[in-house]
Amino acid sequence: MRFGFSRAVLAASVAFCVTAPASATDLEVTHWWTSGGEAAAVGEFAKAFDATGNKWVDGAIAGSGGTARPIMISRITGGDPMGATQFNHGRQAEELVEAGLMRDLTDLATKEGWKDIIKPASLLDSCTLDGKIYCVPVNIHSWQWLWLSNAAFEKAGVAVPKNWDEFVAAGPALEKAGIVPLAVGGQPWQSAGAFDVLMVAIAGKDVFMKVFGDKDETVAAGPEIAKVFKAADDARKMSKNTNVQDWNQATNLVITGKAAGQIMGDWAQGEFQVAGQVAGKDYTCLPGLGVNEIISTGGDAFYFPLLKDEEKAKAQEALASTLLDPKTQVAFNLKKGSLPVRGDVDLNAANDCMKKGLDILAKGNVIPGTDQLMSQDTQKQKEDLFSEFFSNQGLTPEDAQKRFAEIIASAD
Amino acid sequence: MADTTLDPSAIAASEPYGPRPRAVFSPRNIFLYGTLIVVAVYYLLPLYVMVVTSLKGMPEIRLGNIFSPPMEITFEPWVKAWATACTGLNCDGLSRGFWNSVRITVPSVILSIAIASVNGYALANWRFKGADIFFTILIVGAFIPYQVMIYPIVIMLREIGLYGNLWGLVIVHSIFGMPILTLLFRNYFTSVPEELFKAARVDGAGFWAIYLKIMLPMSLPIFVVAIILQVTGIWNDFLFGVVYTRPDTYPMTVQLNNIVNSVQGVKEYNVNMAATILTGLVPLIVYFVSGKLFVRGIAAGAVKG
Amino acid sequence: MSETDTKRPSQLFRNLSAKIASVPMILTAVFVFVGGTAWTIFYSFTNSKLLPRLNFVGIDQYERLWAAPRWQVAIENLAIYGVFSLVFSLVIGFLLAAMLDQKIRFEDTFRTIFLYPFALSFIVTGLVWQWLLNPDFGVQAVVRSLGWTGFDFNPLYNAQIVIYGILIAALWQGTGLIMCLMLAGLRGIDEDIWKAARVDGIPTWKTYLFIIIPMMRPVFITTLVIIAAGIVKVYDLVVAQTSGGPGIASEVPAKYVYDYMFHAQNLGQGFAASTMMLVTVIIVVVPWAYLEFGRRQRG
Repeated sequence: MRFGFSRAVLAASVAFCVTAPASATDLEVTHWWTSGGEAAAVGEFAKAFDATGNKWVDGAIAGSGGTARPIMISRITGGDPMGATQFNHGRQAEELVEAGLMRDLTDLATKEGWKDIIKPASLLDSCTLDGKIYCVPVNIHSWQWLWLSNAAFEKAGVAVPKNWDEFVAAGPALEKAGIVPLAVGGQPWQSAGAFDVLMVAIAGKDVFMKVFGDKDETVAAGPEIAKVFKAADDARKMSKNTNVQDWNQATNLVITGKAAGQIMGDWAQGEFQVAGQVAGKDYTCLPGLGVNEIISTGGDAFYFPLLKDEEKAKAQEALASTLLDPKTQVAFNLKKGSLPVRGDVDLNAANDCMKKGLDILAKGNVIPGTDQLMSQDTQKQKEDLFSEFFSNQGLTPEDAQKRFAEIIASAD
Repeated sequence: MADTTLDPSAIAASEPYGPRPRAVFSPRNIFLYGTLIVVAVYYLLPLYVMVVTSLKGMPEIRLGNIFSPPMEITFEPWVKAWATACTGLNCDGLSRGFWNSVRITVPSVILSIAIASVNGYALANWRFKGADIFFTILIVGAFIPYQVMIYPIVIMLREIGLYGNLWGLVIVHSIFGMPILTLLFRNYFTSVPEELFKAARVDGAGFWAIYLKIMLPMSLPIFVVAIILQVTGIWNDFLFGVVYTRPDTYPMTVQLNNIVNSVQGVKEYNVNMAATILTGLVPLIVYFVSGKLFVRGIAAGAVKG
Repeated sequence: MSETDTKRPSQLFRNLSAKIASVPMILTAVFVFVGGTAWTIFYSFTNSKLLPRLNFVGIDQYERLWAAPRWQVAIENLAIYGVFSLVFSLVIGFLLAAMLDQKIRFEDTFRTIFLYPFALSFIVTGLVWQWLLNPDFGVQAVVRSLGWTGFDFNPLYNAQIVIYGILIAALWQGTGLIMCLMLAGLRGIDEDIWKAARVDGIPTWKTYLFIIIPMMRPVFITTLVIIAAGIVKVYDLVVAQTSGGPGIASEVPAKYVYDYMFHAQNLGQGFAASTMMLVTVIIVVVPWAYLEFGRRQRG
């Protein structure tokens, strides 16, 4: 209310002449982190940035990346860019970079030696185009987790499973106790993601890389993937009574013991934490579904649109180095439930699940995230297929696999 | 074709023309009122559930029946929805968006109605060659899904330097309000008696003089309809508001979306409902206050084809 | 109507003020509607991804579009939704209007009640009905708690009937306006017609069906434009109520366009889908609009 109209006028005048306010610079940062744990995490960034004497103007847009991205892209291509914006790094912002709309951060990166501090190196590679660095990775998110409610298994009188097969075997007992065995929210990306996780766990890393990395359709149509579809068929049967949409509502079913498990990325951890639950005691996490302990290293990154205003450009640099500051990295990632992008920070405060993740990371059992391997277009087609597969029991695993192979054949 | 001639002054009287009423408790009346009451209950039920839910605390919602009145009335959800609900780091609820919505709605309504009424007037009384082609295009334009137009309009606004500016959004609203409004105004002005117009021409009045001195004063009903439709449409708009503005000028609907979709743990249905009612309050008040004028105006603008 | 003007020879400067006054309309029609449409169609033959690019691929986008199961579901849903919403809006709207036209008491109250949902956006409508139809605490749960434990009413999570769940909400929101239009039309019918019909002993329902409704043609036309434009554009309601789910069971074309343009960052595919929508609209609407609005100019 305090800004509003006068700000809009100001913004218009900025387009003509560069005004340079002497004091702290406001930098608008857009992102789609609005769930409980996410908002708490982003607060850490804002706090650290404000401490540099600038001001973080929060531009949160709720409703996940799908709602937020068109708005961000329109703003950037429409010539009214924000100061910085979140994207999943990888291929989402590729074309904006190619069109020269994003700021080249190479100088800053060399000065601060990002190449040496960011681990694994693939993260920075995803930010690099033609040898220049365009984004700051802020965290590592992995998808390959099965979250289990200890209370739900106690109620059903079964031991908490240690791997996917035991979990499937516990299904009938859970159902008898009135518990949804597997919570899968209605948003399409959740079922598509669950399938990818099953693929790594059941068919292994090589098959995953062949299908999503090399886009090999014969492998996609082959017997290994058929096994994955078989498992996905089990998953959809176990999840058919989940009547929620959002991922965190599905997580909440697990937190409250109404559902026994959820296949979801490590961001679900933030929700358990906000609810005051303790890893190992209230809930159990199985990386790689307890079968293949491999995690993907996708994540979030911040991009900085090219701005004319020099003050703001300076503030952009300040923000970029703040994001990678060891202290900020720890504070942010502890709240977000993700892993820091620096190998050299101290994470004593991490809980059991995060420590498991760090271990796997240290061993190098990692794969790239699907965002890094495939275009959004291919991802969307996959989402359409799997959201249909999970909700329509009439679509057989065989038919679904045929369609899956077709998508891989035309993937880019 | 029998012309269902409508002279606006006759509509103003708004007398029902149907068959005359009979005894109070005739079977016909019982059936009539019975049906109307049942239908009215169906229409009111969602509003009732919204209000009742917004006055309950979360524990009661979890246990209870959505139709039962609150055991313990609490206004906390309303306070939270208005002042403290969070989106990301901004915890000031809907209050931030309210004045933005006003600032967007007022100029958009004025500009769109000014343009559409002049269009309608020109189409009805000063038809020039080719005018009907443009009008037909306009009507077809009413069928184009807005989403399709997002990018072309981003480009146009960027070219004229109004992207991200409040006036850019005002222009977008005027453009998309134009088809239906022009249709209504055109139909209304067509039904104004020809003699009035001719007499003014004989007196030497021109285009603008006739519009301002003769047409405007007698067009209250149709202006009321236009205002109602535009206030509702623009106030409720989400897509344009979010794409063509920036966070500090986001309208209330964007905040509503943010509040409803930022699930922090459990979905707070009571806060969502309170936020929903607060967002819908302005158009609702407009309807309740001007409902009668609305029907009259619609009668004037829609009946003549 | 205004024969005075049309009969005069037309020159460039004749009606100059009217032409100047129509500049905003002409600009909108030419640049936004025609220009925007042409731009969209043009780029639907490219493989534009995140940003529009001139890299032509012929009709590839269209082939892919028609091979996509989701597009087929969307078209099917739009057909079901369109037919039912058209029929029910008109029938319910007309019946309510006819009832209100019987010189009843509290007409204003009833009318306001039927009309108020129109003041609420589709987003709000979708949210409220999502909640009312939620199987865990909506209508189904309430009826079950009253003793009918076998009661099953769960449209939003049943792929076969989910589109009807959306229809219920759409009708709740929209029929009020249709009723108002119809009521306005009924009020425009001369009282003498009713008298004459009564004198001839024609039953009321027959009078409505064969005399009144044909006389209300212009109202039906305006109504049709409003309903049809709403049907083609249906998007917000689906997003708010089901997000296209369960699975892809309640997808609609406008949502396909949006998702592929912005979520999938495949503008070419989104433009191809929107071109298909536009072409359909143009085939249906243009001949009709021309007859309806162009004809009088010559008459």
